[in-house]
Amino acid sequence: MKSLQELEAIRNKTLSQIDIRKKSEGTRIVVGMATCGIAAGARPVLTALVEEVAKRNLSDVTVSQTGCIGACRLEPMVEVYTPGKDKVTYVKVSPDMVGRIVAEHIVNGNPVTEYTIGYHEENTK
Amino acid sequence: MRDISLHILDISENSIRAGSSLVRIDMNIDKAKDELAIVIEDNGSGMSKEMLERVKSPFTTSRTTRKVGLGIPLFVASCENTGGRLNIDSEPGKGTKLTARLKFAHIDRPPLGDIAETIATLTILNPAIDFAFTARYDEAFEYDTRQLKATLGDVPITNPDVMVFIREYLQEGIKQVFGGNEI
Repeated sequence: MKSLQELEAIRNKTLSQIDIRKKSEGTRIVVGMATCGIAAGARPVLTALVEEVAKRNLSDVTVSQTGCIGACRLEPMVEVYTPGKDKVTYVKVSPDMVGRIVAEHIVNGNPVTEYTIGYHEENTK
Repeated sequence: MRDISLHILDISENSIRAGSSLVRIDMNIDKAKDELAIVIEDNGSGMSKEMLERVKSPFTTSRTTRKVGLGIPLFVASCENTGGRLNIDSEPGKGTKLTARLKFAHIDRPPLGDIAETIATLTILNPAIDFAFTARYDEAFEYDTRQLKATLGDVPITNPDVMVFIREYLQEGIKQVFGGNEI
């Protein structure tokens, strides 16, 4: 059984690793978590994003939530804000798409075109 | 909504948007009364009497972008489908308390779902807000981010190792009380 002593141990381990550098303006990943997003499956997507970012130790990337993005039929939606670049909106995101989004877009800077809202709208007419 | 855990996540988002600093979530299964009770209580902005009267209607929302809001009406439906009910008390400036009661053994009661994931998600996404969660069946499990933060000191609750701990801590505690997600 996990106990709070274990948390204390994590704290002591982590404290020695924390670098006190200033927080730089990094990439923001935002997941729509209104009723529409949650019902469509946003929670596992968010969990996958948080895990992937943690696994790769991307310390300047933040994962956060927002309300309804306004296109409920396309939920779960994920928006990526990179400083100095246009916002990218991914639609109908599932947890298995998260690996590619983080690897190709967040790490290497190439948005995954076929997951974007623009591609989806072009190809589902 | 597929399960109770998603309702809880959705309703808690209302508390967060109401500017709460503390959200209490209690889940209690009372076999003798054949009842699953869920209480979500916050210290946020609360609602006026007029808003409270309209809040169960799908055509009520605090959003300005459009005129429908489905979170509460969907939870009301889940309760009433089992012969249960949902109550909301609120006072402007004090906070809101939502109580959902469902017949536990009713065939239409949604499964509990992944409660641990809901509480972990709330904790990690809202590091500035405190969450106190209690699960009660025969045993009780208590979780309080204030206690975690006191233990952590300067280490943020969003630290990756801490997040892994929180998830496993919740999973184990909730499993011990409810015996798994399938009930």
